[in-house]
Amino acid sequence: MKLKQLEGLVGGLQQFSNPKIELEQYPTGPHIASRMLYTAENSFGDVSNKIVADFGCGCGTLGAAAALLGAEHVIGIDVDSQALELAYQNAEDLEVDIEYIQCDVKNLRWRGQSVDTVVMNPPFGTRKKGADMDFLSMSLKIASQAVYSLHKTSTREHVRRAALRDFNASSAEVLCELRFDVPQLYKFHKKKEVDVAVDLWRFVPKH
Amino acid sequence: MRLLTHNMLSSNVKGVTNGFPLGIEVEKVVEKQVELSADFLINIFSKIEWKALVDASRAVGYAELPDQADASMLDSDEFLRKFHHALLELHLEEGALLCPETGRRFPVNKGIPNMLLHEDEV
Repeated sequence: MKLKQLEGLVGGLQQFSNPKIELEQYPTGPHIASRMLYTAENSFGDVSNKIVADFGCGCGTLGAAAALLGAEHVIGIDVDSQALELAYQNAEDLEVDIEYIQCDVKNLRWRGQSVDTVVMNPPFGTRKKGADMDFLSMSLKIASQAVYSLHKTSTREHVRRAALRDFNASSAEVLCELRFDVPQLYKFHKKKEVDVAVDLWRFVPKH
Repeated sequence: MRLLTHNMLSSNVKGVTNGFPLGIEVEKVVEKQVELSADFLINIFSKIEWKALVDASRAVGYAELPDQADASMLDSDEFLRKFHHALLELHLEEGALLCPETGRRFPVNKGIPNMLLHEDEV
């Protein structure tokens, strides 16, 4: 599948109508989502025929992209029932098979590193401090091949240190820097739209 | 929820040491056919807890898997078909997963297990 086609398909998904600020619910736009998964597959072979988990899946954008690129088994995990309902509907609309689990990523208990790849656009930790680190830590516990994640560029050194020193990553690489469009979703947003610089990371877990 | 997911998921109630495998309470099972990938099955075989898969498949009404399996059986197309069917084509749509240690029930609706814990369980 070509990148443009993937971006088009993923761009048609329904987004949050009533996003919850305390969960930092922001849709992962089709531009970022398609590039993230396209890179994971074409540069590293981490998607097709693999088991892929989407942590904090929200409306299911990343998981959907993984399914479209040939992942054998995709699991989306989120805390919020409404997000999961939306994600379920989105998967039906795209005619892809995605499993969902309602769970707090922090409290996930998994049997070993049985998932191949984790993809995620985690909360940045602006509402619940340390949320980004919880996601990173758990992802490196259950993935056996790779973790793809987005973190604010301003936290780059902190993220690198945490991954390598505390969370069992054997490598941590910034694949590229992207601009995440944050539309005026919440009342406290003063500007119509704001660009946040984010790093697309690829972490490899130790076994 | 496929049995592949069931084969990886553990009870997350705090303090539980033996949370795998989760028991299965069946209300509705759905079969959804997907294309068989021999490569995928051969790769995943060594990661599967075989007994848990056999028990789970029996719980959802499929009794074709052998009690024990080893990698040499992956040469057989018939075995691959059964393995594929149990792992990926049987879905628990409605029912519950049960913590083997505490009996705590995690409901499953529309194929989605709810593993959210209450405050006193975290």
